[in-house]
Amino acid sequence: MTEKTFSLHGAGDMDTQTLEINIGPQHPSTHGVFRMNVVLDGETIVSLKPVMGYLHRNHEQIAENMSYTGSMPYTDRLDYFNSMSNNFGYAMAVEKLANIEVPERAHYIRIIMAELTRLVNHVSVIGFLLNDLGAFFTPVLYAFREREKILDIFEEVAGARMMCNYLRFGGVKYDLSPEVLARIAGILKKFPKFLEEFETLLTKNEILCMRCQNVGVLPAELAVSASVTGPMLRASGVNYDIRKADNYSLYERFKFRVPLGQKGDVYDRYYVRILEMRESLKILEQAVKEIPAGDIMSKKMVPFLKSPRNFKPPVGEAYARVEAPKGELGYYVVSDGTAQPWRYHVRAPSFINLTILEDLCIGQKVADAIIILGSVDIVLGELDR
Amino acid sequence: METLDQIFVLSKKGILDFLGTFLPEWVVTLACVAITIKAIAVLGPVTMMYLTLMERKVIGRMQNRIGPNRVGKWGLLQPLADGVKMLTKEDIVPHGADAVSHFLAPILIVIPSLLAFAVIPFGRGMTPVDLNVGVLFFIAVSSTTTIAIFMASWGSRNKFSVLGGMRSAAQMISYEVPMVLSVVPVILIAGSLSTNDIVLAQAGWGGLKWFVFTPWGFFAFIIFFLCGVAECNRSPFDLPEGESEIVAGFHTEYSGMKFALFYMAEFMNSFTVSGLAATLFLGGWQGPFLPSWLWFFLKTYALIFVMIWFRGTLPRIRVDQLMGLAWKFLMPLTLVNILAAGLWYFTEGAARWLITASILAGSFWLLTKLNRGYTPEKRVYLFAE
Repeated sequence: MTEKTFSLHGAGDMDTQTLEINIGPQHPSTHGVFRMNVVLDGETIVSLKPVMGYLHRNHEQIAENMSYTGSMPYTDRLDYFNSMSNNFGYAMAVEKLANIEVPERAHYIRIIMAELTRLVNHVSVIGFLLNDLGAFFTPVLYAFREREKILDIFEEVAGARMMCNYLRFGGVKYDLSPEVLARIAGILKKFPKFLEEFETLLTKNEILCMRCQNVGVLPAELAVSASVTGPMLRASGVNYDIRKADNYSLYERFKFRVPLGQKGDVYDRYYVRILEMRESLKILEQAVKEIPAGDIMSKKMVPFLKSPRNFKPPVGEAYARVEAPKGELGYYVVSDGTAQPWRYHVRAPSFINLTILEDLCIGQKVADAIIILGSVDIVLGELDR
Repeated sequence: METLDQIFVLSKKGILDFLGTFLPEWVVTLACVAITIKAIAVLGPVTMMYLTLMERKVIGRMQNRIGPNRVGKWGLLQPLADGVKMLTKEDIVPHGADAVSHFLAPILIVIPSLLAFAVIPFGRGMTPVDLNVGVLFFIAVSSTTTIAIFMASWGSRNKFSVLGGMRSAAQMISYEVPMVLSVVPVILIAGSLSTNDIVLAQAGWGGLKWFVFTPWGFFAFIIFFLCGVAECNRSPFDLPEGESEIVAGFHTEYSGMKFALFYMAEFMNSFTVSGLAATLFLGGWQGPFLPSWLWFFLKTYALIFVMIWFRGTLPRIRVDQLMGLAWKFLMPLTLVNILAAGLWYFTEGAARWLITASILAGSFWLLTKLNRGYTPEKRVYLFAE
């Protein structure tokens, strides 16, 4: 060991050393196998380097050696909390590439699923954030109780709770039965009550306010220049929601607002998510009410369900993006006219939002770094790909 | 009724009388000591075992779970199963650890917690050792746990442990001060340091003479209990072992029974602190109808329940906020409280209530104003269409 002991220079002038410490990859609060190389002065963070790649699975390369449909289930594994949104982005990219029209009902189903996913994600992220704050699992379990109800719906429509693999190019795999729609409507009735309960317990809690307010402040300029997206960007007060900016799918038909924070600290990121859930509920209510009857799959694409390797989009490239719960999730697909994409790339919001972690953490305490990481909302499956 | 109240005292007397019939007197004196020691040595661990079960059950209920219910009726044998598991686990000593302090720390931490039992009045005439400096003994003994915790953290040669140990040392020293000062008014009014005399000083008026029902007693009780929670490293002051931040703090590198000993110390500490709080402020073993020892346990377990309630509901506070709370808020308040208790002693009738209550309420209000940095900010959220 090369550690030196403390030495005294003159009266009361203590020469202290910094302490280098690796938080992760085996740590209860790094949300997966992620490592932060932290240099501490006492408890204050002097520098922080995120180290990632422990969960690298060659996602993009695998997709380039697969049929287009074949990598749909792999997108589930990107952000394993939000498989529906991941499917959504990928399906949109390939549809753009091959010029496929999607029937209206399928659009509605996709939007319903994407918004349900947003509820699942935000509610569990807030739970995990509170866990990072040191609340002993209570908020997480309250959140998971609600999450389970939505996962039950996913299981009923897609057959899987988390790895849904539900969307197909040109539509969705299975139709929504009226019973499922009724169940979704039932959830929509109860969810606001749960949110109110959650908020009563958390939003004005003094310890939560003490810990979260003015911690990890992300200025709007930095957020924009680092191309941070999603709730994290909006908590800093930048009005940028791809559902509004791109009007993809049928989002322009729905009335909803985009909540914006002002300070950009952990508390704003927490609260913007709560407000976003309320807006998602509005979208869901409208979608469930107005969902039209009709096909769930474009006629052109039905034959390829049985023979995915015959699906060969024309030569070209396409980029499609969705407002995933974590931010802008983009898929870039290049076709050379064969059954496999020539190039496939994912713009993962977890990864890009994480790039500013050091700027947020310097000068804060160790405990703050943990909650800042929690408020960034990362999923390692997507971050490392 | 009287026999039930004195059942433990009488049974001890019975055993000693029986031994006295055929053994010399010095053996009987030794046996008298041995029986008391035995009783504490059994009570401590058994309390700890069932406190773990109680904690898991209560927190489980708070989190919409059932808690352990597989081993025995209502999980009543779960502590035994845990004990067997702990004893059969591999005892890992990290390479490069300071073997002596790593080995001694878990033993040394249990001793003061057991010693603290000696001055707790469990019932009428049931104080194991009725020291005339009982409260002082308790405080002196319980503050030595810091040394054991620091030994554990230093001996483990783990950076997380060192961080936890440092936090623990800082926390225990700063919470010791308001804790001791909050006891001073009680000693002042009761005129004795003996725990038994303090209980007797609260007799009469059907429980209305409990010290908690006076202005100074109320404040002292709250401060004592908060500091006690901090002394036991329990949530929301569980920074030394803050699981989400520094893995497990000072006991990161402990496994098996050594780890269990840390837990035992923590639970026994929370028992003794609650017991002492009940003794000092809630009239100890006094109460109508039920046997005195049952009253003591009821009060103590009510306080332990509050501790568990804290753990189930509150997030952890940060290290600097913890220090701020102790030095800037609790400490001045206890000093004012001593003044208030002095005035209470020298005044009579309604005037004493008016004077002490107004002094305390005024200083409480002033201190909350002075510690303004911690009051939650109000946030405004904008909505973009």
